[in-house]
Amino acid sequence: MSLRIIVLAKQVPDTRNVGKDAMKADGTVNRSALAAIFNPEDLNALEQALRLKDQFPGSTVTLLTMGPPRAADIIREGLFRGADGGYLLTDRVFAGADTLATSYALHKAIRKIGDFDLIISGRQAIDGDTAQVGPQVAEKLNIPQITYAEEIRSVEASKITVKRRLERGIEIVEGRLPVLVTVNGSAPACRPRNAKLIQKYKYAKTTSERQADDTVSFRGYDSSDYLHLKEWSAADVNADGKQCGLSGSPTKVKKIESVVFQAKESKTLDSSDSQIETLIVELITNHTIG
Amino acid sequence: MNNLYVYLEIENGKVEDVSLELLTKGRKLADELHCQLEAVAIGYQLHSVGEQVFPYGADVLHIFDDKRLYPYTSLPHTSILVKLFQSEKPQIALMGATSIGRDLGPRVSSALCSGLTADCTALEIGDHEEKEKTYTNLLYQIRPAFGGNIVATIVNPNNRPQMATVREGVMKKEILNLGYKGKTVTHDVNQYVSDTDFVISIIDRHIESSKVNIKNAAIVVSGGYGMGSKENFSLIYDLANTLGGEVGASRAAVDAGFAEHERQIGQTGVTVRPKLYVACGISGQIQHIAGMQESAIIIAVNNDPNAPINAIADYVITGDVETVIPKMIKYYKKNSK
Ligand SMILES: Cc1cc2nc3c(=O)[nH]c(=O)nc-3n(C[C@H](O)[C@H](O)[C@H](O)COP(=O)(O)OP(=O)(O)OC[C@H]3O[C@@H](n4cnc5c(N)ncnc54)[C@H](O)[C@@H]3O)c2cc1C
Repeated sequence: MSLRIIVLAKQVPDTRNVGKDAMKADGTVNRSALAAIFNPEDLNALEQALRLKDQFPGSTVTLLTMGPPRAADIIREGLFRGADGGYLLTDRVFAGADTLATSYALHKAIRKIGDFDLIISGRQAIDGDTAQVGPQVAEKLNIPQITYAEEIRSVEASKITVKRRLERGIEIVEGRLPVLVTVNGSAPACRPRNAKLIQKYKYAKTTSERQADDTVSFRGYDSSDYLHLKEWSAADVNADGKQCGLSGSPTKVKKIESVVFQAKESKTLDSSDSQIETLIVELITNHTIG
Repeated sequence: MNNLYVYLEIENGKVEDVSLELLTKGRKLADELHCQLEAVAIGYQLHSVGEQVFPYGADVLHIFDDKRLYPYTSLPHTSILVKLFQSEKPQIALMGATSIGRDLGPRVSSALCSGLTADCTALEIGDHEEKEKTYTNLLYQIRPAFGGNIVATIVNPNNRPQMATVREGVMKKEILNLGYKGKTVTHDVNQYVSDTDFVISIIDRHIESSKVNIKNAAIVVSGGYGMGSKENFSLIYDLANTLGGEVGASRAAVDAGFAEHERQIGQTGVTVRPKLYVACGISGQIQHIAGMQESAIIIAVNNDPNAPINAIADYVITGDVETVIPKMIKYYKKNSK
């Protein structure tokens, strides 16, 4: 048995490391100070896919990502870790997409890729934490979903068994292929990059990357198909422009405000014994503690 | 028609707090909109749901009672909500931002092509102008947005229902009137689901009630990334135990493995309103503050005199956590009787 697996992955700003330099003086985010990374739970998803490929030789793992041209990094990263190929969905009309417009575009691309047995994605992306795209893609493809997966326990014939990790416990569920699975951060971490695969794929580029930068003289590029990363526009996947990007998004951002917290009049103390003791005594006296 | 709907999460016949909190909020919004509040119960053996939800002001309770509907699975619950919403055309639909609501909400919103905003921290009613058109009485879905000190107000001008999820503890749960009487509508489940909705089956399930009870604690001592290490984080436990409080954490502390996810306070964690909140080594980003700003008294312990948390603190202690926390413990023990 071999499986055709599609992994959905997103390039995200590394919001986990929002350090002080990530904030501008006016209190807004300095996006350029944040590294663009492979969304962490999408790496957990990739690992689940690669494990199935190990188990069922001949299986294929194909990455699909939507984003700006530089999101081609996501596909290269996946290839370095063992994926077989990938598609970058990139087009100006996708800009400003909410989760619904995103899932519309992704499902169109999946239709274009063709038949599949399994779609695996991370549970959620760290830049928005919505966890919506996976289930919405499943709905648009009219296939069932298994969210919050910690482990794909087994796949036999067309039966799949998955362990889910929920807020307050676990669930073992059984379903049929094709299905979409979203994977939790509690699942095993992704295997590291493989040195041989880095050698093989380091010159892998999309057509536009190749056009923008032909300084990397790699003679094999033109004759090596596996180095050509596929890049699709909305038209390539037959997506209806009205359902993409901002115009395909039912949710609109009405306004963005800086939060002005009611700054309180605070008492400032240092860490000296006397000041801390005074505070503790005050809190005991007014029955806040004790 | 065009009412406000709340999807009820029900575990072992008991309606979860998050749903009762949404009913409380839903009641207020429905009053403002002059519409009815309707609750949807999908599960098995739901006879006591009515007495649980009517006191919160539900006008109508829709019951879908069938053995196959409990425990929750995505497809049948989706089919029911989609069909019910197609015929009833709610203007607003709310659900918990739980592992159920976050599985169900997006699937329903995709089927109905309606917008869904995750993890709202406030819901209000207001108007909206766009392309020279005025929309009245929209649901403002308010949530902190990525990274900085910003909150975004999201609206769905054209699509219905306007859907939003809210985490447990964010809204307050308040009984409206113990004698409030709503109407129960029992639906024929077979009109809503088909056999193919049951392709996913649960073969084993262990759900525990939450061990950690920070939501209702009177004192919460929280540690952040500034605690430095898991070993140092034990100082947070020491102080919490001394004061008789619960332990909370920032997301950075949870991500670093200092504390379990259940203890995370903030937009994507628990919301708390204790009488005392002690924030140790926490910078005070909006997503964290969203979960604790209503605490009665806030003490911030931070070695950075300009940490944002200081702005909302009643007491700012500028210093190292390693020095300050042991002193707090010492002087509490010395002065308490
Ligand atoms: C979509 C989204 C959702 C999020 N949800 C949440 C959420 O629910 N809850 C949450 O908390 N965060 C959440 N975050 C993350 C949030 O933006 C911050 O990154 C996080 O709260 C920072 O945690 P921290 O304050 O512990 O760490 P830091 O920001 O790194 O702050 C550490 C603090 O410790 C101080 N410090 C360092 N060493 C010492 C010392 N020795 N003694 C005293 N002080 C010291 C530093 O001055 C600093 O102020 C979310 C982010 C996103 C993008």
